[in-house]
Amino acid sequence: MSFIELQNVYKIYKNGVTAIADADLKIKKGDFVFVIGHTACGKSTLIKMLYREEKPTKGNVFVGGINVAKLKNSKVYKLRRKIGIVFQDYKLLPKMTAYENVAFVLESYGYKATEIKPKVIEALARVGLKEKLRSFPDEMSGGEQQRVCIARAIVNKPKVLVCDEPTGNLDPETSKEIMKVIEDINKEMGTTIIMATHDKDIVNRMKKRVVVIENGCIVGDYEKGSYKVDEAH
Amino acid sequence: MKPIRILGRSISSAFKSVVRNFSLSVASISCIIITLIIVSFAILLSVNVNNFTKSIESDLTIVVFAKEGTVKENVDTLKKEIDSIPNVVDIEYKSKEDLKNEMKRENETYKNIIDKWGDEVNPLPDSFIITVEKIEDIKETASTIQNLEHVDAVRYGEGVVENLVDVFGIIRNITIVAVIALIFVTAFLISNTIKITIYSRKNEIDIMRLVGTSNTVIRLPFLFEGLFLGVIGSIIPVLCTIYGYVLLYDKMGGVLFTDIMPLISPYNFVFKVSGVLIIIGALVGMYGSYKSVRKYLKI
Repeated sequence: MSFIELQNVYKIYKNGVTAIADADLKIKKGDFVFVIGHTACGKSTLIKMLYREEKPTKGNVFVGGINVAKLKNSKVYKLRRKIGIVFQDYKLLPKMTAYENVAFVLESYGYKATEIKPKVIEALARVGLKEKLRSFPDEMSGGEQQRVCIARAIVNKPKVLVCDEPTGNLDPETSKEIMKVIEDINKEMGTTIIMATHDKDIVNRMKKRVVVIENGCIVGDYEKGSYKVDEAH
Repeated sequence: MKPIRILGRSISSAFKSVVRNFSLSVASISCIIITLIIVSFAILLSVNVNNFTKSIESDLTIVVFAKEGTVKENVDTLKKEIDSIPNVVDIEYKSKEDLKNEMKRENETYKNIIDKWGDEVNPLPDSFIITVEKIEDIKETASTIQNLEHVDAVRYGEGVVENLVDVFGIIRNITIVAVIALIFVTAFLISNTIKITIYSRKNEIDIMRLVGTSNTVIRLPFLFEGLFLGVIGSIIPVLCTIYGYVLLYDKMGGVLFTDIMPLISPYNFVFKVSGVLIIIGALVGMYGSYKSVRKYLKI
């Protein structure tokens, strides 16, 4: 079985809007997949279903053997501990330093203080922020804040990293740096990456598998490097 | 070990949060202070009214006068008959001689009159003073005694006593309802104030949820925060209760306006009420937090 698998998935909101329709998708362990499409095409909904921020109306969503669609609300945290999430708006706690923002995840899991410190420093070193441990979010640039967000996502060594437009708020240069960090995580840690984006430069340059969504439907699934955004649009 | 670690972290995080969100904490604490002072007042009133009622009830007796000329044997029979009535707990016999002497002792004017009677003349009747168990059945017991042979008259302060007991009963019920209602109002007010505190930290809760923190671990610091706010908020009401009540007791000389309404002695009593206030503050604070956090947990 694939590491991530969507079977006949539908998401229809209460107001009747169909965000995802009949989606089937398989992603192997260690894959790097871009999910692309226009704004409001359903890519964020698809990403959110992976970490059960949205519940599918119909169908099954498997992540690392867990059927997300059938997961009880009270057990969702167990799924999220296996998934690292990178957000477009970073979602850092403003009153905590970079170190604290990453450490609080492990603290809330009940790790010992002696276990937490090396893990947090390792995660921050991996994203190149070893020198900024004591900086608060408002003392860091957007790129640095996104790195903290990535460090927080990988600190528990998740099997999969789900990224929802991680470069959406960054300039092209910084975006490149962030993508380098994410690519390294994929290569060095073997983490499966699934990333929603509409940054065509990144997609074209990185030559990864691309899943295209239009109006809530998966309309294309291209193997590594076989897709160029400009050709289709 | 892991649960203890999580508990320890929750307590320290709750403490930090009370300090960090200082202005909101002050708002919650002020709200708790005001409502708990009112709760304290209602409790003090309720318990004291209960005490007045009990005190008056315990003083209530039935006085039975035997018919004039009843012989000793019949007086004894009457005593036995009265004693066998279930509601009678105690019966004290007072012979006409006892009454005469008692009256002489009580009042100088009576003494002068009674002294003129001489030894052979005593118009006073033999009597019994009866204590009853259930005050609400006093009327029925009095009429049972009235129907016995050799009984001339039965007196128990009819009318006045019943009205007094009724009034105290009503006041007692009102204060109990007021205490319960106030506790609910406190819970509602505190929960709303804490809701504002928690709303300002909606993002924090959201992030914790998204990174895989369990609902219990998210909720714990907030529960402790509610507990801290409740306990801190109860300090001033506790001081008001202790010093206020002791002052009132001393100034009023241990009674409320009249001797038939004795105030409860403050020692022990104020500490018990203070304990109740702290517990109410803590529980209501925790309940307020619990309810508010639940809203953002999506459970």
